[in-house]
Amino acid sequence: MFIKQLSVFIENREGRLEQVLEALKKNGVNIISLSLADTSDYGLLRLIVSDPEKGKQGLKEDGFSAMLTEVLAIKLSHRVGQLQELLNVICKAGINVEYMYALSTGKDDASIVIKTSDLPKAWELLKSEGVEAFTARDIAKIQ
Amino acid sequence: MIWAKEETMSREEMEALQLARLQETVKRVYEKVPSYRNKMERAGVKPEDIVTLEDLKKLPFVTKQDMRDNYPFGLFAVPKEELVRIHASSGTTGKPTVVGYTQNDIDVWTECVSRIAAMGGATSKDVAQICFGYGMFTGALGLHYGLENMGAVIVPSSSGNTEKQIMYMKDFETTLLVATPSYALRIAEVAKEMGIDPKKDLNIKIGLVGSELLTDAMRSEMHKLWGDEIIVTSNYGMSELMGPGVSGECEYLCGMHINEDYFLPEIIDPKTEEVLPPGEKGELVITCIKKEGIPLIRYRTKDVTRLIYEPCECGRCTVRMENLDGRTDDMIKIRGVNVFPSQIEEVILATQEIGPHYEIILERNNHADFMTIRVELLKETDSYRELEDIQKKIKNRLRVILGLDAKILLESPNTLQRFEGKAKRVRDLREGA
Repeated sequence: MFIKQLSVFIENREGRLEQVLEALKKNGVNIISLSLADTSDYGLLRLIVSDPEKGKQGLKEDGFSAMLTEVLAIKLSHRVGQLQELLNVICKAGINVEYMYALSTGKDDASIVIKTSDLPKAWELLKSEGVEAFTARDIAKIQ
Repeated sequence: MIWAKEETMSREEMEALQLARLQETVKRVYEKVPSYRNKMERAGVKPEDIVTLEDLKKLPFVTKQDMRDNYPFGLFAVPKEELVRIHASSGTTGKPTVVGYTQNDIDVWTECVSRIAAMGGATSKDVAQICFGYGMFTGALGLHYGLENMGAVIVPSSSGNTEKQIMYMKDFETTLLVATPSYALRIAEVAKEMGIDPKKDLNIKIGLVGSELLTDAMRSEMHKLWGDEIIVTSNYGMSELMGPGVSGECEYLCGMHINEDYFLPEIIDPKTEEVLPPGEKGELVITCIKKEGIPLIRYRTKDVTRLIYEPCECGRCTVRMENLDGRTDDMIKIRGVNVFPSQIEEVILATQEIGPHYEIILERNNHADFMTIRVELLKETDSYRELEDIQKKIKNRLRVILGLDAKILLESPNTLQRFEGKAKRVRDLREGA
C-alpha cells in the first residue's frame, strides 16, 4: 500500500535543482509532487514521480546520490480537523511523523504524502479509520 | 628477490664503501663546482678534512634555493657535453630545478630502480604499465628504465586517458601498475564505471606507487579496490637526488630500504641543523656519493622521517627510512597548529559513508583561520539526521586527531576534481599564504 518516493541529495548551489529536473525530463519522468526544505549547505529533494525506478536510474547516471523510500500517500477530504484527527490516532500509538507534504493529484481533494517511524503500523491505524491510500498504479496514472 | 649484492653488505663494508665514495665526491665538487668551493671555503672545510663518515657534518647544506640560484647548470660537475639527459622538477613556485645525467648516472639510476622494483616483488615476467606522466618529470622514465632492465614488459601508457589505460590493462594482462596512489584509486573507479571489476577482470598483482604519500589508510583503500592479495609498496625519491630509486619498501612493509651505497642519509633537527642520533625523527638529508652530473652534498629534502638500522626480515642490510608523515613543504598551519593533509586523509578514508576524494579549503576571516573539507557522499539516505550524523562523525574524529574544528561539506559523488598525477588537495585562500 506504500508508494516509492525518490529522494535526491543536492548541494545548495545554483543550478543543482535544475540539473535534477533536467535528468528527469531527459528520461520522460513526470513529477507529481515535491518537497524541498531550506538548509545552509545541502538539501534532500523528495519527489513523487510517474516512474520512480527510471527516475533514480537517470539521476544516478548523471552522478546524483538518489534513493527510493517507501512513503504513504493518503486521500483526505476538505474538512476542518480531519488531518488533526488522523494524526491524533497515529500519535497515540507512539508513532512519530518524520515528514509530510501535500500531494497534488489534479483533482479537487487534499492528499498528503507522509513518512512515519513505523509505516506499516501507521497504515493499519489509518485504514481502520477508513482512510484510502494511493497505490503506485494510481500515481502513475496522474497526468 | 634481492637484486644487488650491495644490499646485503655488512655495516663495516658499507661504511668503507661510503667513505671512499664520499671523499671522492667531495674532492670532485670542490674542484669542479665554484659555488661548492665558495660554500666550503666559507665554512672553513677542505676535502682532506673528510677522514671519517662523521666528518660529513662539517660540510655545508644544499637547499632547493641553491638549485634555483644556480639555474640552470650552475651546480653541475661536468661540462654539458658529457651529459646524456636533462630532467626538471615541475617548478610550481619560481624556476624549476634542473638536473643532468651522464651515461653512468643513468646506469646507476636504472640499477637503483631495479632494486626497488625487486623489493616490491617485480620480476622479469611482469607486464608493467607506467601510468606516471612522461616528460621532464623523473618518475615515469626512472621506473621505465629500472623495470625494463629487469626484463619486464613495459607499457609506457603515461597518465591520462584513463579508459584507454584500462583497455590496455585488460588486453595486455598488465600485472604491475606504476602510478600515484590517488591515480591508482581513480583508475579503479573508472574501471568500475566501465563495468570492469579491478579485482576480477584485471590482472594487477603489484602496485609500485610513488611521487605522493602512501598512508596506511590509502594502502587499505588500494586493497579494497584492487584486491587483498596485491602487493602495494611505496618508493621514494626526488628529481634533485636522481628521481625514484632512492629507497623503497620490501614485502615486509616496515620502512623503505635506502640504496645507501649511492645515497648517504642523515637526520637533522630542521631548526638547529644539528645531526640527530640514530632512530630520532627529523629532516632527511641526503648526500649523493656516486653521481657525476649533479652530485648534491647534504641536500635538505624537507621530508620528515627516522632511520631504522635493525636488520629486516627480507635479508637486506641497508638502512630503512620510516614511511613519511608528510613533507615539511606540505604541512599547513591552521590557528598555529601544524597539520599534515595525510592526517585528514586518514579520517576521510576511515569513514565508510563518504568517498576517498577530498579537498581542504583554508580561509581567513577576522584574523582567524577556518578550515572546510569537501567530501563526496556515498551513503544514500533520505534523512537529514543521518546526513548531520555523518558530518558530526568526521568532525569529531578530526577534532580528536588535530585538535581543530573543521566544517565538513557534503557533496554529490564525482563532483570533486580527480587527478592523474600528484593530487592537489589543499586550496589555501588565506591572504599571504
